[in-house]
Amino acid sequence: MQWFEYARPGTVGEAVRLLSEHGEKACVLAGGTDILVQLRGGFRTAEWVIDVKEIPALDEIAWDEASGLTIGAAAPCYRIYENEDVKKHYPGLIDAASLIGGTQIQGRASLGGNLCNAAPSADAVPIMIALEASCCIAGPNGERTVAVEDFCTAPGKNVLAAGELLVSLHFPAPKANSGAHYLRFIPRNEMDIAVAGAGVSVVLANGNFASARVALASVAPTPLFVKQAGDALAGQPVNDESIQRAADIAKQAAKPIDDMRGTVRYRKHLCEVLTRRALHVAVERARRNN
Amino acid sequence: MPRRVHVQTTINGEEIDFLCEPRQSLLEVLRDVLGLTGTKEGCNDGNCGACTVIFDGRIVTACLVLAVEAEGKQITTVEGIAVGRELHPIQQCFLEGAALQCGVCTPGFIVAAKSLLDQDNNPSEDKIRLWLANNLCRCTGYDKIVRSVQAAAERMQEAR
Repeated sequence: MQWFEYARPGTVGEAVRLLSEHGEKACVLAGGTDILVQLRGGFRTAEWVIDVKEIPALDEIAWDEASGLTIGAAAPCYRIYENEDVKKHYPGLIDAASLIGGTQIQGRASLGGNLCNAAPSADAVPIMIALEASCCIAGPNGERTVAVEDFCTAPGKNVLAAGELLVSLHFPAPKANSGAHYLRFIPRNEMDIAVAGAGVSVVLANGNFASARVALASVAPTPLFVKQAGDALAGQPVNDESIQRAADIAKQAAKPIDDMRGTVRYRKHLCEVLTRRALHVAVERARRNN
Repeated sequence: MPRRVHVQTTINGEEIDFLCEPRQSLLEVLRDVLGLTGTKEGCNDGNCGACTVIFDGRIVTACLVLAVEAEGKQITTVEGIAVGRELHPIQQCFLEGAALQCGVCTPGFIVAAKSLLDQDNNPSEDKIRLWLANNLCRCTGYDKIVRSVQAAAERMQEAR
């Protein structure tokens, strides 16, 4: 592997100072399941690797009934899916955290890393968008907040400026009668990259959809928030027809490419199927939550 | 040229320290610096699981961990699974069940299976297959591996 220096800051301030000082020559190490492969393969270069796992704010998982859930950007998947509060209040998030890679990858990989890596296929991102998660970012000029759907800008690119660090992800407390689900299609059962994926959330009221959110994986240059699919459900009765309309909108919104994993036509078809199925599961979960 | 880093850690219950370059993976240091060659290099990018070790209680692929990250951690490699000269039931059942042919994947499977049985002494076949999905074997077709893990679980329960 290429030469680099290693630093393990203990605070956000120290990490931001190191990232500011080394600028483009620095990269952040969380679980390492993407970045170490990229550094070894020469897809990325770095003179400084800044390991942020020892910073408490990047490692914590904190739930509060009023304010919701905060997950440190470097907290590994297994801590998320073994957390009782997350299991109880955010089962949609468990869907994604427990299907990324395999057991070994889940021992290291984090939601923050999945987001910062900004792959169109990132499995954790659609459900975070569906759950209205936001990113808490620290930088040399203080903190700022960015909605998850606005974080990725192109394959492998994100909104972080030089010196900025993704500290945590914040999920609002789930509304009454809400449910969410993430579904991914891959040709095997695990250890593969999504051909397509759909993360959805719904809020029900009196037999109707009060609101809904739909986001897709692997069918655009970034994880894709399909606002119009969720909006089309708002105020509609919960039935096969309304869900089908939203799934069709998701299919229309998808802008995939042909590659070794699937064709444009196949992926668009998958968006319809996955959105429809994910919405049905989310509705079931919402009904159980009343 | 970056300086080498002094790392203090615990491997298979023994406190040790080593010098490494920041760019070296835990896998490289285990094999090339510490002589613990039971941990195998397969793909070197996290896909095959041949380099699986237990790292602070969780299995990880040692190729995707920097050796400097081992500071203060508890690590178990395949060399730490047997007790003295007595094989662990998983190792014994792999032998009896012919769960290996070339053997390159075997240390990774044994370490991964050990961590599974430590947290669930009676896992279903589905759970075993899912838990071991990050470990590739190109010889056995997996069936004998899964059956050997089941046999080891039974044997460990009987011994209890």
